[in-house]
Amino acid sequence: MEFFIISLLNGISFGLLLFMLSSGLTLIFSMMGVLNFAHASFYMVGAYMGFAVSQIVGFWAALLLVPLLVGLLGALFEKYSLRKVHKYGHVPELMVTFGLSYIILELVQLIWGRIAVEFRPPELLQGSAFTLLSQPDGSLGFAWGRAALEQCQPLGPAICSLFPATRAFIMGVALLMLVSLWLLITRTRVGLVIQAALKHPEMVEALGHNVPRVFMLVFGAGTGLAGLAGVMGGSTFVTEPAMALTLGAIVFVVVVVGGLGSLAGAFLASLLIGVMQTFAVAIDQSLGSMLLAMGVALSAEAQAHELMRFTLSKAAPLLPFLLLVLVLIFRPHGLLGNRDH
Amino acid sequence: MKLTRRELTAAALLTSALPAVPAWAQRGETVRIALIDPQSGLMGPVGINQLRSFQFFAEKFSGAGNPAGVRFEIEGFDNKLSASETLTAMQAAIGRGIRFISQGNSSGIAGAIIEAVNRHNSRNPGQEVVFLNHSAVDPDLTNSRCSFWHFRFDADTSMKMEALTTFIRGEPTIRRVFLINQNYAHGHQVARFAKEMLARKRPDIQIVGEDLHPLAQVRDFAPYVAKIMASGADSVITGNWGSDLTLLIRAANDAGYRGRFFTYYAGVTGTPTALGTASEGRVYQIAYNHYNMGGQMQTWMNEFRQRFNDDFFTGSIIHILNALGVAMQNARSTNAVRVAHAMSGLRFNSFSGPVEMRRADHQLQQPLFLTRWQRVDAQHPYSPENTGMTLALVRRFDAYVASTPTSCAMQRPAAPV
Repeated sequence: MEFFIISLLNGISFGLLLFMLSSGLTLIFSMMGVLNFAHASFYMVGAYMGFAVSQIVGFWAALLLVPLLVGLLGALFEKYSLRKVHKYGHVPELMVTFGLSYIILELVQLIWGRIAVEFRPPELLQGSAFTLLSQPDGSLGFAWGRAALEQCQPLGPAICSLFPATRAFIMGVALLMLVSLWLLITRTRVGLVIQAALKHPEMVEALGHNVPRVFMLVFGAGTGLAGLAGVMGGSTFVTEPAMALTLGAIVFVVVVVGGLGSLAGAFLASLLIGVMQTFAVAIDQSLGSMLLAMGVALSAEAQAHELMRFTLSKAAPLLPFLLLVLVLIFRPHGLLGNRDH
Repeated sequence: MKLTRRELTAAALLTSALPAVPAWAQRGETVRIALIDPQSGLMGPVGINQLRSFQFFAEKFSGAGNPAGVRFEIEGFDNKLSASETLTAMQAAIGRGIRFISQGNSSGIAGAIIEAVNRHNSRNPGQEVVFLNHSAVDPDLTNSRCSFWHFRFDADTSMKMEALTTFIRGEPTIRRVFLINQNYAHGHQVARFAKEMLARKRPDIQIVGEDLHPLAQVRDFAPYVAKIMASGADSVITGNWGSDLTLLIRAANDAGYRGRFFTYYAGVTGTPTALGTASEGRVYQIAYNHYNMGGQMQTWMNEFRQRFNDDFFTGSIIHILNALGVAMQNARSTNAVRVAHAMSGLRFNSFSGPVEMRRADHQLQQPLFLTRWQRVDAQHPYSPENTGMTLALVRRFDAYVASTPTSCAMQRPAAPV
């Protein structure tokens, strides 16, 4: 039971981190029709800047400053580069962001080197959020923080599962961000203009709104969110030059699976992929054991075959991409998408 | 023609000196070694540490530091932990006239190098290269895939697991074991030998779980640790190294796992910091060296720490330079073929006493050390990564205890005259 709870929470916290990235990406896409290839690069910039800034002013100040800095960089990029190529159509826009991702990668390696930097969360977050105690009689105990060691003997009666504070923190910040984003878009004047500019930019412009500036703000806000995710993701996991590449691919899967341009879809897909990847690691079922369970007789030779022994846990890193292919075949507009691009 | 007495003396001196000339032929020559390992990416810190270690000891062993009197020079090549990049780097090194190649991170890549070296040497007589394997420990490399041109200075997985399981045999509290390893040649072998040898020495031990994860790809080990805890394992055996061990241990400590870890590489870059004080008394390392060996080794390690603010852990580098020095003196040459013949079966002294490069399979026969993570004390003063902790010796296994048989049927080229 405690395994299920901890795994579920691990999956959700990773899913929420994915959502912080994909929300910005999907917002930008629905506004400008541009798939921002450099989006995950802004996540990496956020992590590295978080590392650099936290050494000067501490982690908490960096958590506030870095998203603003990264958002500013994003807005400047939109204003001075993306907007200039906008008139040539979508392909040049795509190529510009693609080029930017390479430039960012090289710059990061130039400044911080090709190996991981030691970016650790602050003292406060290095502990545990809560402890689940699994008693020998099967009941489940709960304690805030780290349970006293005498309760958790190394191999003693109760098994303690700790939930790291960093992950709880990611969940908290992501949910806070989700709610404020939702309020901003549905309940404020700026939000209404953004929504209108999404659907009918010419009309909004005719009504006297500065649509290019709205685009710039949305781009800045989206990259700022990526920067925020970077500070938290970089300190929780690893800050290294390949982080943009590995997460970037998954973020695209999230956006496509959720439905291009759909925030709710991105939220659903993020959680789905986060939880799916976490649980897949735990499942030791293979094709062979599945067939056996279904009553198919397999010879000993067939059972020993590599393909039949390939377990789902080994396929865990592949699953998001498998999901992508399946969604594209059976529901090309994504889980909650309503437009075909 | 009439010779003066002076001319005669000179001629006599020259003739008498002639046989002595080959004995000193190699003296003063420069021996270049190409180190092809990851120097970027997640495993970059390990490769960079080893490049520094090689350069540090090349300096110590050059000239009067080795019996042959040669000068060692190290050139680093970044293979990004990829086999194809490795082969490109190897070609570049050979093209630059380098005849000694060293690598160690990933047995998969070591296997690719063995094949490339075999091919190159058969096609380019007179330009042979020798592969000095410092850390790739897949037993196949000295069994089914063994080659005359490959020399392994680490101890292979079968040897380390032999020693480790000998220790586990005497630990009755170990009953449920989880195996977590990297999904490539090395990880597969660790899992295989752990199961085989535990079944032989401790049939009562239950393997409660077995996992293989991608090499240098996993950023988040929390799902794996949750699985280990759910399995009720009291001990984990892992051959993981670099970030794969660092992040695994960090996730285990974060999740409150209290079981024991039996590792190969707990002392390697980044891992000591992750172990911290939380892992005290619960993490073991089986290796051919350790952090508190004393004597000359301790002086070198302290000096290395002072110069690079880093820890020296790849002891096989010292084996390699010791072996090359003695072999080149015996061969009276730095020619790769002559040196390879001289190294095959060579007995020499290194930091752990007398060792032997077994002629049958080119696997170095050497003692192994089981160490445990604990606080530093007067007897165990060296603290990796300034953690205040160290790996203290639990048991030493003599070379004959750790030795395992080989199935290698080596094709030996004719010795040059």
